[in-house]
Amino acid sequence: MRVLIAEDSVLLRAGLTRLLLDAGLDVIASVGDATALVEAVERHQPDLAVVDVRMPPTNTDDGLRAALTIREKWPEVGILVLSQYVEERYATELLAHDTSGLGYLLKDRVADVADFLGAVHRVAEGGTALDPEVVIQLLARSRRRDPLAALSPREREVLGHMAAGLSNSAIAQVLFVNEGTVEKHVSNIFTKLDLPPADRTHRRVLAVLRWLSAEEMT
Amino acid sequence: MGDNPTSESLRATIPSSAGDAYGYIVIEHLLRPVRSASTWPALVHGMLDLPMGLAISVPVYVLFPLAVALLLTFPLALPFIWGLFWFARLAGQVERSRLAALHGVALPDPIGPLAPGSWWNRLGQRLTSVPRWKEIGYTVLRLPTGTAFFVVLTVLWSGSATLVLLPLYVLALPGEVARFGLFDVGFGVPVLGAAAVGLAGLLVVAPWATVVIGRLDVALARRLLAPDPGAELAAAAARAETGRAAAVESAESERRRIERDLHDGAQQRLVTLAMSLGDARERLDTDPETGRRLVAEAHEEAKAALKEIRDLVRGIHPVILEDRGLDAALSAVIARSPIPVELTVDVDPRPQPAVESTAYFVVSEALANVARHARATRAYVAIVRKGDRLIVEVRDDGIGGADPANGTGLAGLAERVTGMGGTTDLLSPVGGPTTLLVELPCGS
Repeated sequence: MRVLIAEDSVLLRAGLTRLLLDAGLDVIASVGDATALVEAVERHQPDLAVVDVRMPPTNTDDGLRAALTIREKWPEVGILVLSQYVEERYATELLAHDTSGLGYLLKDRVADVADFLGAVHRVAEGGTALDPEVVIQLLARSRRRDPLAALSPREREVLGHMAAGLSNSAIAQVLFVNEGTVEKHVSNIFTKLDLPPADRTHRRVLAVLRWLSAEEMT
Repeated sequence: MGDNPTSESLRATIPSSAGDAYGYIVIEHLLRPVRSASTWPALVHGMLDLPMGLAISVPVYVLFPLAVALLLTFPLALPFIWGLFWFARLAGQVERSRLAALHGVALPDPIGPLAPGSWWNRLGQRLTSVPRWKEIGYTVLRLPTGTAFFVVLTVLWSGSATLVLLPLYVLALPGEVARFGLFDVGFGVPVLGAAAVGLAGLLVVAPWATVVIGRLDVALARRLLAPDPGAELAAAAARAETGRAAAVESAESERRRIERDLHDGAQQRLVTLAMSLGDARERLDTDPETGRRLVAEAHEEAKAALKEIRDLVRGIHPVILEDRGLDAALSAVIARSPIPVELTVDVDPRPQPAVESTAYFVVSEALANVARHARATRAYVAIVRKGDRLIVEVRDDGIGGADPANGTGLAGLAERVTGMGGTTDLLSPVGGPTTLLVELPCGS
């Protein structure tokens, strides 16, 4: 797998490069600012770009804006956005149209190497990886509280993992239950929230996110 | 300059000596009041001084001695004291609007609303309020000054008019002689002279008297019905000083808090982490099992330290506040709150960064307080911009009884708001609910 790293901190860039190389991935280039990132993607057409949000030139949300540009021009390039803080607003902007091949994680998650590499593979293969913190923010900001209240605590937990982009088997592993149980929970959630059934994981994520951010219709 | 046909250029065409020009200036100056449109409302104002004096002063002349005389039997004096203050307020308002309408001088009301308290406390506030006593002083002085002004204006205006009409009066009489008892006046130089004096009175003296009396009226009202400019400045200076001191103190305590948080949190974790790693390194060869356990511990410590530093830095100033504003930045704050929070943000145009950052701090701090003490099941946050003020409201359905004196959170919050020149109001009756209302000047 060909990976491009965009990160302005030299230390972290070196660390990430080593970590990905050790995992057998091919780091084809690493850059330190948003402009160079877009150029490098155009030149190398990687499978995945790992992007820091706060980067030069303006040191605000340059990485995020570069990620949006890349999505628009080269939608087949997977993007994993890493950030010191995760923000529901950035996530909503990033995931506005499509959640396939997209990830948005706290930088801290790199410390749990196995989980992080799982997310890298998932995103590169067209899946979704959303940080649990973002999911918590999305749930808190959702204006559609009452249907959420109808969910059991376990179903809410499963909904969170669904929104984060986990497949049924991955959710089953996290919750230490078998896949059939997860499937039952998922179908309950879809019925209770009146969501259209979705076969592919990333479409399911999109449906859940849209549902969470939509205004309640009365 | 010379190509527009104003009075200046016309005058320049008339051959004249320096003396003529000087005389012209003097005459123009003398005639200025009669030619000014503002003289006539001033005349109305001056003539109204007597009736207003009667209406305002007479009740005070009755109430004041009654109140003083009844002080011996204090409870009986109370209604009169109250009536005196109430009436003086009314009179002050009427007089200020009369001045604004006829002299175009808008005086601000020097008297603020009474602070909430018992009726006894409010009476005390009235009795010790200098502006209220000055207002009463005005009502006392209104009748004598009003009478004097009225007499002067009547004598000058109607006297001058009489003199001007004197020749016509004399001519209209049979024999063209007016008999005034002691002396007779026939048509001739004296009568025409009197008419000339009357004309001068109408054109110069009476208008000038009107202007002067108007200025006296304005001066009187400025002294007694308007805020004392010295006191105003002193109050503004005191407010600025309080704000500055609060800003300094708030920054200082913020620094102390950051130091304490870093020292107690991340720093200790990093020490433990380094220890665990050092220990693990020693044991890797001899006791790999313990070594592995220590590395795992160090890993957890490192992640906890990261989280602590992240929370600390985010509390100081989140980057998203700068590039997406309050609504986006507060999303993460309400998500961290253990109770559901409803957030409404309506700020357009965006206030400057210092104001946004203070509002963010207020909401974070208030929600932290709600979570710690209020035992609430829900909270509501509303941030609205009204003109040049940003209004922040944080409400919960908890047990109430919040007191800035009990916890450093609310006191620090109020301090930071004062430092920005804003105000904090906390309504928290025992039993709840609690509402925190903060207003910040946006300064644009």
